[in-house]
Amino acid sequence: MYQYDSFDAAIVQTRVEQFRDQVARRLSGELSEEQFRPLRLMNGFYLQLHAYMLRVAVPYGTLSSTQLRALAHIARKYDKGYGHFTTRQNIQYNWIRLEDGPDILADLAAVEMHAIQTSGNCIRNITTDQFAGAVAGEVVDPRIWSEVLRQWSTFHPEFSFLPRKFKIAVTATEQDRAAVQWHDIGIEILKNAAGEIGFKVLAGGGMGRTPIIAKVVREWLPAEHFLSYIEAIMRVYNRYGRRDNIYKARIKILVHEIGIEKFREEVEAEWQQVLPTHIDVPAAEVARIAAYFTPPAFETIVPPVAAHEAALKADPAFAHWVARNVVAHKVPGYAIATISLKPVGGIPGDASADQMDAIADLADQYSFGDVRVTHEQNLVLPHVRLADLHAVWRKLVEIEVATPNAGLVSDIIACPGLDYCTLANARSIPIAQDIANRFADLERQRDIGELKIKISGCINACGHHHAGHIGILGVDRKGVENYQISLGGSGAEDASLGELIGPGFNDAGVVDAVEKLIEKYRAIRQEGERFLDTYRRVGAQPFKEAVYG
Amino acid sequence: MARVEIKRKSAEEATAAGEIVSGGITLRFRDDADHDWRHVEGDADLPDGGAVVVPLARLAETLDLNRFAAVGVRLAPADDARALAPYLTRLALVEIGFLTFRDGRGYSAARILRDDLKFSGEIRAVGQVLADQLFFMVRCGFDALELDPSVREETALRELERFQLVYQKAADARAPVWAVRGG
Amino acid sequence: MSQIITANDLPTGDVVYWTGAGWTRDAREAALVTDTAAAEALGKAEVKARRVIDPYLIDIELVDGKPWPTRYREIVRASGPSVRTDLGKQAEL
Ligand code: SF4
Repeated sequence: MYQYDSFDAAIVQTRVEQFRDQVARRLSGELSEEQFRPLRLMNGFYLQLHAYMLRVAVPYGTLSSTQLRALAHIARKYDKGYGHFTTRQNIQYNWIRLEDGPDILADLAAVEMHAIQTSGNCIRNITTDQFAGAVAGEVVDPRIWSEVLRQWSTFHPEFSFLPRKFKIAVTATEQDRAAVQWHDIGIEILKNAAGEIGFKVLAGGGMGRTPIIAKVVREWLPAEHFLSYIEAIMRVYNRYGRRDNIYKARIKILVHEIGIEKFREEVEAEWQQVLPTHIDVPAAEVARIAAYFTPPAFETIVPPVAAHEAALKADPAFAHWVARNVVAHKVPGYAIATISLKPVGGIPGDASADQMDAIADLADQYSFGDVRVTHEQNLVLPHVRLADLHAVWRKLVEIEVATPNAGLVSDIIACPGLDYCTLANARSIPIAQDIANRFADLERQRDIGELKIKISGCINACGHHHAGHIGILGVDRKGVENYQISLGGSGAEDASLGELIGPGFNDAGVVDAVEKLIEKYRAIRQEGERFLDTYRRVGAQPFKEAVYG
Repeated sequence: MARVEIKRKSAEEATAAGEIVSGGITLRFRDDADHDWRHVEGDADLPDGGAVVVPLARLAETLDLNRFAAVGVRLAPADDARALAPYLTRLALVEIGFLTFRDGRGYSAARILRDDLKFSGEIRAVGQVLADQLFFMVRCGFDALELDPSVREETALRELERFQLVYQKAADARAPVWAVRGG
Repeated sequence: MSQIITANDLPTGDVVYWTGAGWTRDAREAALVTDTAAAEALGKAEVKARRVIDPYLIDIELVDGKPWPTRYREIVRASGPSVRTDLGKQAEL
């Protein structure tokens, strides 16, 4: 994975000193809260319901074991012993003191981490496929270009006061695990007939109050023009994005209002102006970054691996976990293991400091020290030998992160909601817990098959409810929590926007309704159909009838 | 550097009234001498001579008069910097207004003037120009910064000097780290 | 409906309430607001004095003679996360 050289280290270190100074200026009164707020936000400090919340960037979801241990250390020393992994591959701490902020950032910098641009109207953490570098069928490791973007976007002088926040996601496989079509800019890395790398560039996707799926700005962008083209998009947005209404300030509204053709024209014209300024990084720099992502020293293994096969036979619980949470690795004899942070009845995405430490140890022992964070709020050990899987699983069972539910009904995305978030209208976590408890029987979950439930506590949609096969949105109805259900959303390569099915429910009612929807699906599904497939085939009507009678 | 025309108001009052006001000290990073600029707002009469700064809408008319020692223009956040293209050789100063520091359009305006239109005259940031934005401004091509009255000079100078390394190429002379790494 | 003043402590971020003489972490120790305008002015002054941020008034009812918020959001702030009853004021106070 990428490692800081002295330049990266110096930049991040300087940022720590700058923030130390800004906090001092705030506490001394030189900065007003109004002036300070954007500065603390651009260092990841929010004010939430109980305290300050700190959001730490996990660039493109890749962590070293050392970094994960540092995250555990921060949870213990400065927070209440846990952290929350988010839908943007970041981690949040809920009980942070502002006065500890500079020291926390210093501890992060010591392990090449930071909270830079994890909030504010700037370019946020770049996200990508959590299986990058491990899964078969990749054009190239998407983290190479994600790192190019990370560096370019860090303290970008022109784009630090955009109309609104800006999220970029990158994918390099046909299967989209990064939800690129739901991003302000989505990048699909491609290879042309000549074997050259290039990009399909999408823009104008986003969730929130006005969910829109991104449109294609350019079908093919040669690699050497990557940054100049992105810069052109950013400039068009910075100049013309709406600043009069916070709800209309995202790039999706600009693209929607002027139309994709006009937007593309503007971008292409701007690009012609940007090109001669030579802002693109040279191939040598891309190669320097790429060198950090050369695969680790995999052994040559010829499957089947006898020990693994034997364990599968001997241990049905292990076999279930493998069937659900383990996917094929590009190298024979290896596997990619998803660590579920969704124990039935637990808090989606939360991990204790002890769990983080244990997972870091596992990564060191069995996965080249490499851990990933998924946008579905789980962790991943990307490079595990099949022969080691059983040992890994036993340890995961011990620390209670081995629920065999990846992609199943209890693998729910839920934002922090009204238990933590100051913008929330309703709680998200208890709904996730109640649904998971209702379907606690794993046999039943397996029978239901892939089903993505996503819950947001308000219209900001941090819980991606628009992209849920079943999406749940918490609203405030005359002071009472109320939950609206939408169906048919997808955050994958077949991206689609969920549709509201009708009036909302109270907290108990929404769990009943979800169960009715699922039972309807089981009654009418055809061979091999997922919930989403059945919904797409039959439409909303049968499901509405099931719920509303 | 007297700025007789400028009303002194707190930034808060000014922002509420939708005006750009100045009042703090100006940091200027140019070798040429500054002018004693007079600002003409709205439809007010133009002076008989001297150095004058006018809104974009009055620029053509002002230049046509041919009676000023120097002419500058003030761009509001929504003004298109490319509209200045025909006039740039006759302009000594472009002021770019920040009604609030949160409105970042002025950064793009400066870069367009420097990178795209090759303007070499003065680009001055005015309005709510705060210490923590100065480095970004200089990187985008501003070479004069009229600070918000709340900003202390030593803080401003410290922030301008803080980052010695940058990740990306912009309108200033700083080499991005990718250019430094190889050598 | 009675009200009390709440805010967040500037250096720590902790949820606090105005007692009439200072800030407390315990909503039950808060002073009832008698004059809304004065309460708002007090909030502004305390922000200016750099003790708290984001002050505002919340509705309360009296439980055993002591103030307790009525809105769910404020109950969560006064207690802690409903999903982690081992944490926050509900565990500490
Ligand atoms: S969706 Fe709303 S409630 Fe949930 S985390 Fe985002 S802002 Fe908070």
